[in-house]
Amino acid sequence: MLLEVRDLHVEFHTRDGVAKAVNGVNYSVAEGETLAVLGESGSGKSVTAQAVMGILDMPPGRISGGEILFKDRDLLKLKADERRRIRGQEMAMIFQDALSSLNPVLSVGQQLGEMFVVHRGMSRGDARAKAIELMDRVRIPAARERVGDFPHQFSGGMRQRIMIAMAMALEPSLIIADEPTTALDVTVQAQVMDLLAELQRELNMGLILITHDLGVVADVADKIAVMYAGRIVETSPVHEIYQAPAHPYTKGLLRSIPRLDQKGQELYAIKGLPPNLLHIPPGCAFHPRCPMAQAVCRTDVPPLYTVDEERRSACHFWKETLDAR
Amino acid sequence: MGRYVIRRLLQMIPVFFGTTLLIFLMVNVMGDPIAGLCGDRQCDPATAAQLRTEFGLDKPVWQQYLTYMGNIFTGDFGTAFNGQKVTELMATAFPITIRLTIVAIVFEIVIGISLGVVTGLRRGRPVDTVVLILTLVVIAVPTFVTGLLLQLLLGVEWGIIKPSVSSEAPVDELIVPGLVLASVSLAYVTRLTRTSIAENARADYVRTAVAKGLPRRRVVVRHLLRNSLIPVVTFIGTDVGALMGGAIVTERIFNIHGVGYQLYQGILRQNSQTVVGFVTVLVLVFLAANLIVDLLYAVLDPRIRYA
Amino acid sequence: MPEQKPWDETTGSGAISGAGAGGGMDLAMDEGTTLEKTPGGPEGTGPAGKPRSLWSDAWRDLRRNPVFIISSLVILFLVIISIWPSLIADQDPLDCDLSKAQEGSQPGHPFGFDGQGCDVYTRTVYGARTSVTVGVLSTLGVSLLGGVLGGLAGFFGRGWDAVLSRITDVFFGIPVVLGGLVFLSVVTSSTVWPVIGFIVLLGWPQIARIARGSVITAKQNDYVQAARALGASNSRMMLRHIMPNAIAPVIVVATIALGTYISLEATLSYLGVGLKPPAVSWGIDISAASQYVRNAPHMLLWPAGALAVTVLAFIMLGDAVRDALDPKLR
Repeated sequence: MLLEVRDLHVEFHTRDGVAKAVNGVNYSVAEGETLAVLGESGSGKSVTAQAVMGILDMPPGRISGGEILFKDRDLLKLKADERRRIRGQEMAMIFQDALSSLNPVLSVGQQLGEMFVVHRGMSRGDARAKAIELMDRVRIPAARERVGDFPHQFSGGMRQRIMIAMAMALEPSLIIADEPTTALDVTVQAQVMDLLAELQRELNMGLILITHDLGVVADVADKIAVMYAGRIVETSPVHEIYQAPAHPYTKGLLRSIPRLDQKGQELYAIKGLPPNLLHIPPGCAFHPRCPMAQAVCRTDVPPLYTVDEERRSACHFWKETLDAR
Repeated sequence: MGRYVIRRLLQMIPVFFGTTLLIFLMVNVMGDPIAGLCGDRQCDPATAAQLRTEFGLDKPVWQQYLTYMGNIFTGDFGTAFNGQKVTELMATAFPITIRLTIVAIVFEIVIGISLGVVTGLRRGRPVDTVVLILTLVVIAVPTFVTGLLLQLLLGVEWGIIKPSVSSEAPVDELIVPGLVLASVSLAYVTRLTRTSIAENARADYVRTAVAKGLPRRRVVVRHLLRNSLIPVVTFIGTDVGALMGGAIVTERIFNIHGVGYQLYQGILRQNSQTVVGFVTVLVLVFLAANLIVDLLYAVLDPRIRYA
Repeated sequence: MPEQKPWDETTGSGAISGAGAGGGMDLAMDEGTTLEKTPGGPEGTGPAGKPRSLWSDAWRDLRRNPVFIISSLVILFLVIISIWPSLIADQDPLDCDLSKAQEGSQPGHPFGFDGQGCDVYTRTVYGARTSVTVGVLSTLGVSLLGGVLGGLAGFFGRGWDAVLSRITDVFFGIPVVLGGLVFLSVVTSSTVWPVIGFIVLLGWPQIARIARGSVITAKQNDYVQAARALGASNSRMMLRHIMPNAIAPVIVVATIALGTYISLEATLSYLGVGLKPPAVSWGIDISAASQYVRNAPHMLLWPAGALAVTVLAFIMLGDAVRDALDPKLR
């Protein structure tokens, strides 16, 4: 296995108390595999990814438990410098907002070339040539002329391609893409997603795709992990989950996608609000919003029940959920 | 870029004339420009009237102003109270004040930015708290008090420096006065750098730099510092003019015969030509500093350069 | 919607930069006064948290901030003794005895005597009145003039704005101490009014810039745009929607400026153009004491210490208020 996250706990110390952002997350990604992590804002999906990358703000953040195994080494036990060498070379990250994630005062060529200067000890000139090569590879037109341009001079889609180029630069074995297309126009979204999937296939990389967009997931993901209140509530291969969700939350998410064949009907929305991480409800965190909640849900935290060989659901009533289509 | 410079230059023209007119009015309308011309005595009415005609003071104020400005642009700044040409006074005074200002700016850059970076990266730690309190104290104690205290301690009690600077004002004698002159600005530079560093440290592009696996030093220097120093450079640049104008207090304490000293003499002796002349040059320096800051800003921030 | 970090309380971004212009009145200028509004973070909307406003949030912070408490107490004390100085000083600050000139501390005269044989303790106590009066009245004048002009320029924009920007540029071009020397050297009155008048004249552009900036930011808020779209009148928009949001940075900068105005008065009095004897001012006393500093440093230290503590109290108060109103920097 390329990456294995085991029982990860992350909390944030705020003035108002301890916010439990991640509460025992387990997931794994193999080489060449795409894992989609799904969830609302505050579900802990980005925090988990930042913990994997080692770019969590600490403090206020703190990893209070668990293991992150990458190529059979526990990243949490590595020295800071060893950890740094892995970043960029062996795992890389693509952020949502490319405009703010790229340095406004450095040219894109400098920012791309920096990877080669720092990690490969290349000269500035060679690094520039590499930067042009990368820009060509992510299909930015006139790469040679534009290598000295600054991020604000590119369109949103082009900027995100530069982010992708930067992540791919040293051909890492794992890419984490945090909502890579959310900030883009719908027409551009597909192009960027296709590019990402294509490069992933070519380089046989593991990909963690963090998103709240179920439409994106269906096309590219191999398996899905759904997160709620810092826990994984369901994991499944991608097709099964669309056909038969085994958790009421997943079911709610799927029902809230607008569909053409439901024209004229009212759109479904999960009632209530995401939980306050300072005061996560006891028992199953989803129970205040769950249409199927029983007394047991208010007291007992559901374990990840085995639905079948490849599927898990953290719902006391996963069978009923599966049946009640 | 070219259009940007031209626009800034055009904007400066009304500011130049507005500022000089304001000073001109203060001196010539509020005060009595000929009061100082008859020595310590009051002028007798006949002489006064004659002097007024001679200096064109019987004409409307706007005409006086235009005449004065016209003279200035031909290099004629008039005559000081002691019969010297004002331009001669400037030739001896400005180099001294410029040296003093340079010493002050060096202090601002070296100490102010270093402290700002250190505290900005260690927000909430003891070193941050101590430096923050120190900057507040420095801001709160007026410059003339800081100056008098340092002069008392270093000059009089411990004899480390000469309490008053000799008339040539070599750089080594200007170190303590330069520190006094810089003190308040230095505290502002520290706080501004700290705030800017702390704000930018949370920026997305810094997170990207960390995610790229860059060494911490490179993240801080190349990514964080480069962005954070933009407002600091702006502040220091505009401060040049303020320092030269504010040197008056420091120069008085340490008896430095620079611009502030000459201006002070000019004001005491009510010599309007000295005062308006020096202030006009100071305003020009201030505007030039502002222009340079704007250009520097464009160099440092490509978003402005290509706007 | 982008995923929001759960600990990050801020959602809006209304950064107002007060920095960028040093120039004349830079005594009162602090680092880019950035104030962020919090229309309601996760807690504001969450089921367990009640909605909180910027001000109640700030007040909750301030009550727990020792810097705020200490500086408020110092200021309260200063205000009380400037109204009733006789509460703690039973002598007359102008009752001097030359035969006692420069004498040190003795019973009934804890701080000793100054160069004219006046009681340093009494003069230091009475000096507070001058400083507080100059500080408070100047700040009121500056805030009213600068706040109204800057607010109007920010609200109406275009022509107003261009004219105001050029005028403020003109005032920023005049170094403040220098302007004080020129302007006040012709005044012979020994009251506080010329000094206050001068500070207001040169100080208002600073507040005007801040007010202009924060009004422009407030104007761009979605709910203000919505109010405009719904046909709210200009005056209603100004008072109900923009003022409450734009006033915070002005208050912060004005509080810090108050301290620097006190410092400015003392500086001008030290240079001999601010207040003039027989007025009682720390600046005058420090100036007089600086001639005797080798023999009688006590004459310098007491008024200088009082001045420093007073200015520090106001600056720290402003600093604490700014921190409370700016959750981003915590």
